[in-house]
Amino acid sequence: MAPKIKLPKPPLPPSFQPKPPPPGATQQASPVETAKEAGISAVDWIDERTSLSGGARWMMFRKVPKGTNWFYTLGSAAMFAFLNQAITGVFLAMYYRPSANEAYESARHITNDVFLGEFVRGMHKWGSTVMVILVFLHMARTFFFGAYKYPRELNWVIGVILLVLTIVMSLTGYLLPFDQRSYWATIVAMNINGTGPLVGPYLSDFLMGGSEFNATTLSRFYSIHMLLVPGLIGALIGAHLYLVAKLGTTAPPWMKAEGPRELSEREA
Amino acid sequence: MPDRHSQTKSKYTVDRQIPGAFEGETVTRRRFMVGTTHVAGAVAMSAIALPALGFALGPIFESKEENWQAVGSPDSFPDDEYIPQVIVETEGIGVIGETTVYMRRRNPEIDKEPEDEYNQVLAISTRCMHLGCPVRYIAASERFICPCHGGVYDFRGGVAGGPPVRPLDRFYTRIRNGQVEVGPRFSVNSEMRRFSPRLPGEPLDGIGQYLYPSRPGQRKLPNT
Repeated sequence: MAPKIKLPKPPLPPSFQPKPPPPGATQQASPVETAKEAGISAVDWIDERTSLSGGARWMMFRKVPKGTNWFYTLGSAAMFAFLNQAITGVFLAMYYRPSANEAYESARHITNDVFLGEFVRGMHKWGSTVMVILVFLHMARTFFFGAYKYPRELNWVIGVILLVLTIVMSLTGYLLPFDQRSYWATIVAMNINGTGPLVGPYLSDFLMGGSEFNATTLSRFYSIHMLLVPGLIGALIGAHLYLVAKLGTTAPPWMKAEGPRELSEREA
Repeated sequence: MPDRHSQTKSKYTVDRQIPGAFEGETVTRRRFMVGTTHVAGAVAMSAIALPALGFALGPIFESKEENWQAVGSPDSFPDDEYIPQVIVETEGIGVIGETTVYMRRRNPEIDKEPEDEYNQVLAISTRCMHLGCPVRYIAASERFICPCHGGVYDFRGGVAGGPPVRPLDRFYTRIRNGQVEVGPRFSVNSEMRRFSPRLPGEPLDGIGQYLYPSRPGQRKLPNT
């Protein structure tokens, strides 16, 4: 390697020559550049202290099998339906009063008087139906694609619990408007409950908070509907998603025939 | 001089590789501390969970207060026709705590169940014994008809057709100060024997009374 020859600087007058930064001084970024970098530096600041980016990458940049299609979005759709229920539910709770003498009036007040109340209540009401439909479609997709098989059985079990909890939400939420329809539907539901041998009568007593439909039944349903079950659903959705990311998704059944050979060729 | 290395090692010392574990001790201090922590955790958790559970389950064991409501003089009820009366079954929840009962005087030619002070006047509940919809008495056919799933009951409240599993519930009645008073609810089997109140849909004939036990919160009056 030939020794580097240092060329003399072009003959510029000293006043035009760029001044080197004084020793010890860092390069100052312009305010515009700082503003541009603000988001990145904030994220960097958090990531440096939590190492969350690795987890986020693990969760979001996954390899998906060939043949992945729109049916695979049903699970996310169901989750967003749940988020819709959670958000609209929180805001409905700001106006709703879970007492037998006030519930109907407060629901009427939400629908008729509160700004956008009818819309938010409608989102919650129709969203619940949408959520149940999406959960069933998601389950059907999993079933018909055989995605419940080894090693994903536990995720199927969690999904079944989530399905049951979704139905518990439908049952408890149905009472809350407290009109004739919801009252009688709840009476019938509690009586169906009671027809379970041995434990049925006690389960009904537990749900109604007594041996008859009474003043505490409504607040009990309300508490189950907005605190107990949503918490369980949120936690189980977390476990469900963790397992999805951990185990990956399955290819559709019609991709199976050519799948393995191609893979082994590439590996070889 | 005995060689300490050739001593037989105790079979109880599981954690002998842990520093400070003595030969022959059955529970090392580490094990003891782990156990203590677990027990302390369990005690702390139950201190929170058990009261919460009891709080949620409490109402099941609360017995309902016996409540008698006057509805009119005994002469105002015929013995061959039902008069509807509205009584309050549950306090504090407005109109939904009210219920209609169909009332008539006891007619010894029809009512074969043993006579006592509680059935001089009969009060038939309108709660259908299929799933709890409200039934209506149709005088022309002398039948109670349920609008929901076609349950039909005869004049005494016994099942005449459709899905109901037992006769209509009844209420205790008594006569005090010249007034008929309607008291707590009770259920009957197909022989009109009294049972503690059951929810609709729970049969009381044969094995039914054992499959659907009575609840602690609501019992029939003793010795009836």
